[in-house]
Amino acid sequence: MAEFLQLVFSGLTVGAVYALVALGFTLIYNASDVINFAQGDFVMIGGMGTVFLAAAGIALPLAALMAIVAAVIVGLLLHRLAIEPARGASPVALIMITIGASIFIKGVAQLVFDKQFHSLPAFSGDAPIALGGATLLPQSLWVMGVALALFVALYLFLEKTLLGKALRATAANRLAARLVGVNVTIILALAFGVSAAIGAIAGVVVTPITLTRYDVGTLFALKGFAAAMVGGMGHPLGAVVGGLLIGLLEAFGAGYISSTYKDAVAFVVILLVLFFLPRGLFGGRTVERV
Amino acid sequence: MLALDRLCSAYGRIVALHDVSLAVKTGEIVALVGSNGAGKTTLLRTVSGVQPAASGRILFEGAPIERLEAHVRVARGIAQSPEGRQVFGPLSVADNLALGAYRRRSPHGDTLARVFDLFPVLKEKRHIPAMSLSGGQQQMLAIGRALMAAPKLLLLDEPSLGLAPLLVDQILAAVVRLKAEGMTVLLVEQNASAALAIADRGYVLETGRVVLEGAGAALLADPKVREAYLGL
Repeated sequence: MAEFLQLVFSGLTVGAVYALVALGFTLIYNASDVINFAQGDFVMIGGMGTVFLAAAGIALPLAALMAIVAAVIVGLLLHRLAIEPARGASPVALIMITIGASIFIKGVAQLVFDKQFHSLPAFSGDAPIALGGATLLPQSLWVMGVALALFVALYLFLEKTLLGKALRATAANRLAARLVGVNVTIILALAFGVSAAIGAIAGVVVTPITLTRYDVGTLFALKGFAAAMVGGMGHPLGAVVGGLLIGLLEAFGAGYISSTYKDAVAFVVILLVLFFLPRGLFGGRTVERV
Repeated sequence: MLALDRLCSAYGRIVALHDVSLAVKTGEIVALVGSNGAGKTTLLRTVSGVQPAASGRILFEGAPIERLEAHVRVARGIAQSPEGRQVFGPLSVADNLALGAYRRRSPHGDTLARVFDLFPVLKEKRHIPAMSLSGGQQQMLAIGRALMAAPKLLLLDEPSLGLAPLLVDQILAAVVRLKAEGMTVLLVEQNASAALAIADRGYVLETGRVVLEGAGAALLADPKVREAYLGL
């Protein structure tokens, strides 16, 4: 039982990060139909940026804030320089553009930062909290708490503010959004900026647990993508459930089967979902037949 | 209020509007009739700025607007209820209406009250998602959403399409009432007899060109119109 609980704790911790990455995918996909594979690199920029700024002597909270702002700027540039000029291109072309952007960001990160693994000190110490025979790191609480706060903030933004409603309106019907006077270009830039911020915040809080390097974005993107697919691409709640599910399955796979195959779990789940539930858990049951 | 001067628009190499010139004066209902594919929807989309003009001018209150982006034109006072309603399905009726006023800086409680007065069913259903409304109710929502922008010029694209006769009468009565309250309307319809009956003036569009124009009643009586569009 204690082992089970231990795996649940670690699964929920990484799952919360996957859920945040999946939310980033969802936001951008909804607003623009683009599946942004550079989403994981925002996590890297948040983590690496904070590490290097903190090493330069800047206080941790300020360093984290600066790294998040840097990720937002990268997100806006990605939209402005790579996505906007290709407006109207096919979804596959847009996906390839984001993969290219992801490779480019990793290349620049190698130059700006380095090729080593880095970590950050845990925010509230390393003393484990005993709970039901298992132990929980204070940093795990940070990850889960920050993720929860971001979910709530994003929900309130999308449901309660006019700007958030304009974003959902753009997702629902872009022509009608333009006809009521929504500047769709700004809405898309907003989606990229907010997604970048969410990814970078996830990167800051998770780095003390998982370490970071210039190329950690790839796995975060793939697992976040798997989470978004499991939930049904385009559903914010599905992204959260999908993220937690992938995190838990990964933890159980590592704990009960072998940690060698930890990273394979997400991809097995993707295959199963594509075979049996192509629209995801929250995507309805009807499949478009061609 | 609105003047099109030799307006052309094309989808790739297919010309949809060919040297179209027309005018809408303040306080008028102008009907634009014609068969499917005549370019009526393209014309409204070009006026709204969601379809580019290839050449020609669009003058709104005397100023050229053909280079302005769609959202700027909404702010200037041009709102459209598009063909096929195009409501924001997952959003509530109230949110759809709130988004109609997206470009307005001032509070819009009075406009909302007027829209609910015009279409009381929207008030009753304001909390449910727009996609759960019936076709007629979605049409009312699409018109209400356009009205929320407090436009000077209201563009209506096929408001009667796919509606039962009773609902068509109800929608057109609402248009007449809007005119009585001072609204200027450019109405696109395949249902030519209904549109011309309430219009001050009308234009007949055929394969992207204006082929006839005149007072609504005169066009209704025109043998060519009667034969080609009214099936009489």
